[in-house]
Amino acid sequence: MVVRLMQGNEAVGWGAIAAGCRFYAGYPITPSTEIAEMLARELPKLGGIFIQMEDEIASLAACIGASVGGMKAMTATSGPGFSLMQEHIGYAAMAEIPCVIVNVQRLGPSTGQPTSPSQGDIMQARWGTHGDHPIIVLYPTSVPEAFDLTVTAFNMAEKYRTPVILLMDEVVAHMRERFETPPSEAIRVIDRMGTSVPPEWYKPFGDTVGDVPPMPSFGSGYRYHITGLYHDLMGYPTQRLDEINPWIERVHRKISAHLEDILLYREENTEDAKVVIVAYGITARSARHAMKIARQHRHRVGLVTLYTIWPFPEEVILRVGRTARRVVVPEMNLGQLALEVERVVGRHKVVRVNRADGTMIAPQMILDAIEGR
Amino acid sequence: MAKDDHTAYAYLRTTKKFPNIWCAGCGIGIVMGALIRAIDRIGLDKDEVAVVSGIGCSGRMPVYLDFNTMHTTHGRALAFATGLKLAQPNLKVIVVMGDGDALAIGGNHFIHAARRNIDLTAIIINNLIYGMTGGQYSPTTPLDMRASTAPYGHVEPPFPICELSIAAGATFVARSTVYHAVELDRLIEKAIRKVGFSVVEAVSYCHTTYGRLNRMGSSVEMMRMLKENSISLAAAENLKPEERATKIIRGVLHEVEKPDYLTLYQKVIEHAKAAVDGKEFLRAGPGGLE
Repeated sequence: MVVRLMQGNEAVGWGAIAAGCRFYAGYPITPSTEIAEMLARELPKLGGIFIQMEDEIASLAACIGASVGGMKAMTATSGPGFSLMQEHIGYAAMAEIPCVIVNVQRLGPSTGQPTSPSQGDIMQARWGTHGDHPIIVLYPTSVPEAFDLTVTAFNMAEKYRTPVILLMDEVVAHMRERFETPPSEAIRVIDRMGTSVPPEWYKPFGDTVGDVPPMPSFGSGYRYHITGLYHDLMGYPTQRLDEINPWIERVHRKISAHLEDILLYREENTEDAKVVIVAYGITARSARHAMKIARQHRHRVGLVTLYTIWPFPEEVILRVGRTARRVVVPEMNLGQLALEVERVVGRHKVVRVNRADGTMIAPQMILDAIEGR
Repeated sequence: MAKDDHTAYAYLRTTKKFPNIWCAGCGIGIVMGALIRAIDRIGLDKDEVAVVSGIGCSGRMPVYLDFNTMHTTHGRALAFATGLKLAQPNLKVIVVMGDGDALAIGGNHFIHAARRNIDLTAIIINNLIYGMTGGQYSPTTPLDMRASTAPYGHVEPPFPICELSIAAGATFVARSTVYHAVELDRLIEKAIRKVGFSVVEAVSYCHTTYGRLNRMGSSVEMMRMLKENSISLAAAENLKPEERATKIIRGVLHEVEKPDYLTLYQKVIEHAKAAVDGKEFLRAGPGGLE
């Protein structure tokens, strides 16, 4: 095993390579740029493609095009670029094109504070593009997890034919941490399902397996149509309700029926907890420290770290919230995921701990909330 | 010629219900026919052709065609096509756009695709207006003309599509009209054969919106205007500059030889592979490059 010091953004790049990503299109933006620089250097060594596009809209479009051409594709950005990408996140969800979008968040709104950490894009990651759509959003708390969850993001994108968003904190992106390189045989890589039916029988959105349609590449002999319009089983535009409604049900079900696979979280000391902290990203690490101190003071405090924030793991939160008297939700925003926690456990139980000034939440702020100060 | 023997039938999707969505008399179908004839003449296999479009009347063309087809978002077809071409270099990727699609919302993608010299064929169907949304002015609407959003006459000068393409770095630029259907398919054929970013401006019309708002008559009369107001490049040489400015000049306006993006990117890959064997990483994990 090789141990080295690695930066979070770099870990995302290596994770992408390990997952089989061979196409990156992006536009420079702080604090995500190291991902692009690293992949510009490494992808050509593997025969892969790095291209710097004219903006973030084009970047995600190129990724979707490459994915249709059979390559695993990724882009990385930050808040302002993420705003520009929303249109194509919707397209990828509608046309069911696998791709990974990394958003290393910075303090917004607008240009905000490019180099300061923030968790302000929680709701945008879920609802940023117009219309109801399924989405998966993963969130690492450390550099090793940035690697692991990038691999997972690709696996889920390929398995469920969906865009997957990896949200990161600037602190994790720029921090260097101990990284134990996993042996390549320990890295589980999932590729999209192909099809074996003869091309003339092929129904692009008809022959689903577990609600996911197989996806042959353009140029492979299966000619079909892809559109952002509502489409029938052949992929052609439709306005028929008996074709639109089954489609809507299927694309949401392909996520909601696989929550056991998709929802990643870690529970610590929740069995006896009277106070449960629900946290994600770098804030979960402050929360863990706060929990340890509180436990030393004989407070029964537990922690749920969410690695999948969307779909929201409501069954988990409902269960831990039933026995807890208080649920503390620390976030580097003015209360975004807290809205979901409140919806599930009830407003009276939730204590929000927020700051949105580009500064991390220190353990003491969470301790104060635990102790009801 | 028997009906079933028509060249186009072999390239149209039998699984897609016709009729098409275009207004009777529209020029887009003529461009589609020209594209099919060009592909047929080159002898491309249907599996090796991809047609990518944006949004608008022109955006609906791919669905009728039995190729690898992608109807993308407004203005972004070239960006999608760029990714597709880089992932599948053997595909002939043809991008069909309208004037608003390619030059307003997609203007940035257009100039950069040309500058990068990605091996794509861009067909811009220029009808001087946003047709599908009901006749709003576009970047090619001429001065003083009326549009539903220019009820008192248009005050913005238009983009010249071909000149813009040349300045941005396209390797092949041609123009014809939907009246000159045979010439159009010859130009599209040349554009597809050209390695590099090639542009064909297919001047069309919209009798439903633009023609009605400007009292230009039916599609037949607008078609006749294309015939009368256009001139071949060779014939235009004999005109005075002020006369030329009033005409639609048809033909190959620009052609240069230069390496396309993928050819140059292959050199990047060669340099990178020579530097370090990146496959080492996959064998040994991320630490393999230490």
